[in-house]
Amino acid sequence: MVEQSPQVPMPGSRPGLSNGEMRSLSDEDPCIEVRNLNLFYGESQALKNINLKIPRGRVTAFIGPSGCGKSTLLRCFNRMNDLVDSCRVEGLIRIDEDDIYDKRVDVAALRRRVGMVFQKPNPFPKSIFENVAYGLRLQGVNDKRVLSEAVEKALRGAALWDEVKDRLDDNAFGMSGGQQQRLVIARAIAIEPEVMLLDEPCSALDPISTAKVEELITELKKKYTIVIVTHNMQQAARVSDYTAYLYLGEVVEFDDTRRIFTNPKQKETEDYITGRFG
Amino acid sequence: MIDKSSLGKHISKEFNEEIEDLRERVLSMGGIVEQLLSDAVEALASGRAPDLKEVKAEDRKVNTLEVSIDESIAELIARRQPTASDLRLVLTVSRIIVDLERIGDEAKKVYKMATRLTDARGRHADAFTEAENLGLHVQKMLRGALDGFARMDPEAALRVAREDDKVDREHEEIIRLNMTYMLEDARNIKRAVDLMWAVRALERIGDHARNIGEHTIYMVTGQDVRYVDIARVEEIVRDAQ
Repeated sequence: MVEQSPQVPMPGSRPGLSNGEMRSLSDEDPCIEVRNLNLFYGESQALKNINLKIPRGRVTAFIGPSGCGKSTLLRCFNRMNDLVDSCRVEGLIRIDEDDIYDKRVDVAALRRRVGMVFQKPNPFPKSIFENVAYGLRLQGVNDKRVLSEAVEKALRGAALWDEVKDRLDDNAFGMSGGQQQRLVIARAIAIEPEVMLLDEPCSALDPISTAKVEELITELKKKYTIVIVTHNMQQAARVSDYTAYLYLGEVVEFDDTRRIFTNPKQKETEDYITGRFG
Repeated sequence: MIDKSSLGKHISKEFNEEIEDLRERVLSMGGIVEQLLSDAVEALASGRAPDLKEVKAEDRKVNTLEVSIDESIAELIARRQPTASDLRLVLTVSRIIVDLERIGDEAKKVYKMATRLTDARGRHADAFTEAENLGLHVQKMLRGALDGFARMDPEAALRVAREDDKVDREHEEIIRLNMTYMLEDARNIKRAVDLMWAVRALERIGDHARNIGEHTIYMVTGQDVRYVDIARVEEIVRDAQ
């Protein structure tokens, strides 16, 4: 009888993954740290005592039923919730050791560090080129050559360059939904953020465009820390390294995606991902 | 860790039915294989046996079930994308039917040897009694393995895995006994070799029953216990309770 050896290298396994062994969150370098986070909309509490460390250079997915707080939590990371009047946040969120709710934080600067892509693509009514160059122009970059290089780099990064290189001056509204979504991602990466927040980025896209965006996510994690909210569990299973299951404003389970989808520890997680009555 | 109570709780009733149907067909495949084995052991013990044609017809039913269950599994994966305990259940079924089909084949071998040995019982009564005991033992293991799967009971599956070592020892003993017959008189060799083939097949059936037990433990606990020391398996099963 041979004791099972986890150390046997498996040919063909993906680089960066430790040969089928479950990853442990405690071995990761945290990029975003959430401590004792509570969030209220008026009287009602939307997030309850959240504690999380989101690892750097990985894709972390938030899943859970509608209203569980996953989008709210995502929006805390670039302080989008500041825009909601009745919203009150308690607790600590640090990105690279910086407390992002500190009074001295420049929110515009924070949002440059933490880019965001929404459910419906929201290009500006401008040319493809100007959409991508927009963030840089805001930063005062006007040199034509610098802009051209940055736009090309961002469009290549968003796997869109080959499709649009001959029509950079066309209006962005003429693109397909999938292209628009990748354009928005290009706009976000043009200013080289550290973190990318994706809020259901594929829910308005057809399967082929979805596959392209998912492929892009896998590419992007080499440079960015990515947090994605999705209703599509198979998508979370496909693209993420770690998955957090949220329910009623609480994190029920946060673990290696492979564990969550093969052998979750909590019965609530199991019931949700297998489509059972809770 | 899952148990039977969670089986019918999918929001999709159709999914519940598909899973239940899969389980039922595995168990009916198990029932046929059990009958094949029981006939084979009976034939070995008594020399009386049903017609080989009947045995072959039953074996074909087993093969047909294996193929149709496999088809259902492919369809279920394509359409439902099962996860967590559902995924483990589907994987487990897919593995168990392979073991069941092999048990059917091995039982057929035992049966064939038994029919060739019809005239030899009086002379080597000891060896035949031992072989019959081994047969009854692996029958019990198979029954336990199927029960364990049906009830999603890792304890029952563990008991099956534990029995396999005993079966291996019984198998060794019969071989030793047979060797003495062969050394006694070279004219015994043909019969002894036939009997060895039969007990070898029974020993293999024990291995397959053990596999079914291990697959069941994986289905329930999520821990793959193949090639894992039995003491560690006991721990895993205990922790799952």
